[in-house]
Amino acid sequence: MSILPQIAFLLIFALAGFFLYKRVSFLKRNIMLGKGETRNDQPEERWKTMLLVALGQKKMFKRIIPAFLHLLIYVAFVIINLEVLEFIIDGITGSHRIFAPFLGSFYGVAMNIFEFLAIAVLVSCVAFLIRRNVMKVERFNKPEMKGWPAMDANLILVIEIILMFAILTMNATDQILATRGVEGYTLLNGLFFSDMIQPLFLNMGDGTLVAVERFAWWFHIVGILAFAIYVTYSKHLHIFLAFPNTWYSNLKPKGEIQNMPEVTKEVNMMLGMPVEGGDETPAEIGRFGAKDVNDLSWVNIMNAYSCTECGRCTSECPANLTGKKLSPRKIMMDVRDRAEEVGKSIDLGGPGLEDGKSLLGDYITKEEINACTSCNACVEACPVNIDPLSIILQMRRYVAMEESGTPAQWNAMFQNMETSFSPWKFAPTDRFNWADQLKNEETK
Amino acid sequence: MSTYKVPTMAEMAASGESPEILFWVGCAGSFDDRYRAVTQAFVKILNKVGVSFAVLGPEEACTGDPARRAGNEFLFQMQAVANIQVMNGYNVKKVVTACPHCFNTIKNEYPALGGDYEVIHHSQFLQQLINEGKVALKGGGEFKGKKITFHDSCYLGRANDVYEAPREVIKALDVELVEMKRCRTKGLCCGAGGAQMFKEPEEGKKDINIERTEEALSTGASAIAVGCPFCLTMMTDGVKNKDREHDVKVYDLAEMIAKDMGI
Repeated sequence: MSILPQIAFLLIFALAGFFLYKRVSFLKRNIMLGKGETRNDQPEERWKTMLLVALGQKKMFKRIIPAFLHLLIYVAFVIINLEVLEFIIDGITGSHRIFAPFLGSFYGVAMNIFEFLAIAVLVSCVAFLIRRNVMKVERFNKPEMKGWPAMDANLILVIEIILMFAILTMNATDQILATRGVEGYTLLNGLFFSDMIQPLFLNMGDGTLVAVERFAWWFHIVGILAFAIYVTYSKHLHIFLAFPNTWYSNLKPKGEIQNMPEVTKEVNMMLGMPVEGGDETPAEIGRFGAKDVNDLSWVNIMNAYSCTECGRCTSECPANLTGKKLSPRKIMMDVRDRAEEVGKSIDLGGPGLEDGKSLLGDYITKEEINACTSCNACVEACPVNIDPLSIILQMRRYVAMEESGTPAQWNAMFQNMETSFSPWKFAPTDRFNWADQLKNEETK
Repeated sequence: MSTYKVPTMAEMAASGESPEILFWVGCAGSFDDRYRAVTQAFVKILNKVGVSFAVLGPEEACTGDPARRAGNEFLFQMQAVANIQVMNGYNVKKVVTACPHCFNTIKNEYPALGGDYEVIHHSQFLQQLINEGKVALKGGGEFKGKKITFHDSCYLGRANDVYEAPREVIKALDVELVEMKRCRTKGLCCGAGGAQMFKEPEEGKKDINIERTEEALSTGASAIAVGCPFCLTMMTDGVKNKDREHDVKVYDLAEMIAKDMGI
């Protein structure tokens, strides 16, 4: 028996590993363009959040139909990958169904389970394609989904369908060959789903069947490796990043906005209060707020790469619902796209962050961030705990403190607060007038 | 004749007393014509129950919430640090407020600046009073048997996970509480949060408060209960916009309790 296929497999496997390594390094560096932030507190709570939200899909179930279909694909992905392990060992050693002798009759049961899952994936992917392209569910058809994002989503679904067909084809032809007693093929006690498509291949001779079976095998394994690389270019990264993303969730009350210690220091100095670490100015005062991706925290950028563009955030955003330009999903996509742009530029020896562009201005407009009511509906809706609000508020800080570019009515509100300690223009001396009437009213 | 007492922290301190709670009134509660009625209703309840409380009166200043949310961190911290100095000066331990924005800011954001207090929203405080039997509800008041819907405030609900206290308060009035489709964690904002109260909305096809008011009206409720001054303004405007102010009222929880108590 020729060892050529084994050499080819090893080469392809190593090549895929190399590309994956390059891509993962690229993504990691892009995420680390963000500022450092330590979020290692409450590890027990973090593991629990990850188990419930990422592994347990808890937040997906706010919408039961897509949650169920998604769960089928997710369970299939995890379990069918066990079979991929067999594929890899077979590929390297030149064996065929190496687990079969060890598992005995359970092997056939496992194969039937895998086939059931493959069918479940097929059905779910078709349902998802219909939701996107025929039913035109609104959240999949917002302006930010035009072009590549819509194509990306459809491609993923189509690739998954094709890969599942490859498994079924392989099993069907494999079992016909086994029935005919061709050497090297193991007869299993009936495979429920692939047996149904056996008639498609029964007219073929042994040689053709072996060719079809081998083609399906190679197509499936190479397809999976190629898909793994494709994922790193795609919104589909959530299948891995959902886990760290939920582990690093914001565990504080959602209403709390992060303090800016650098401002506290200045405020305390202005008020003549003791300042921690003395009154010397820090070596480097960064920008206030966020104008570009490097002003954000690395967690914000990881959030962006974890986004699978499902649009649950946007569909619950009060601003978006009432026709404003703000879309929390677009904020996340913009952060990711800008990080990609900067990362690519750095790799090509280009200007990187100094390319004359910035996240705020070239990707996200003030009109978008100004429309946010900070209601946290987007944060609550996200199935993987992404926090678009944190990014919006950091940009508002940049606009207010570095550009003095907040809307005129907000500037007026700032002035009122500075002069009369209320957002409205009332005399501070009138603040307690509400009690005058009460103090003269007889109690009942 | 005895009248309602509204002691200030300064008066209390002068006579060597320290009240159990500081009632944080907030800017809307102090200046907004409509919300002043809520402040007064809540003070009447505190008087009636005999809660040991005081207000800051003229010493109170905006918590800084809208400044922080509009991006002006300096202004926020100036307000916050000044307020914390005043409160720490009076050795304040427990704060009750009828404004979810003040509630959120003092509870969650003041600790980083040196202000550590137990902070509760007036819906939680009212619930406690009712549970402890301190508020004697007549139950047969004007709300009895009426359909009432509750609008979740973002800064009470999602921001701080307070969903049940306001509902328990409403249910104590022997009413039929009807929920909107978007309630609790899925509650729709009234449109005023994040400093939106202080500027016109961006261009769009609808105002958020109209969207929310339509949803509230569709429940068939004769009153919309809220627990936030901004929500009160937005929902009241929405009801007016829909020409329904004659048959649908917007109330704060404290007003409803005070009415039922006959004060």
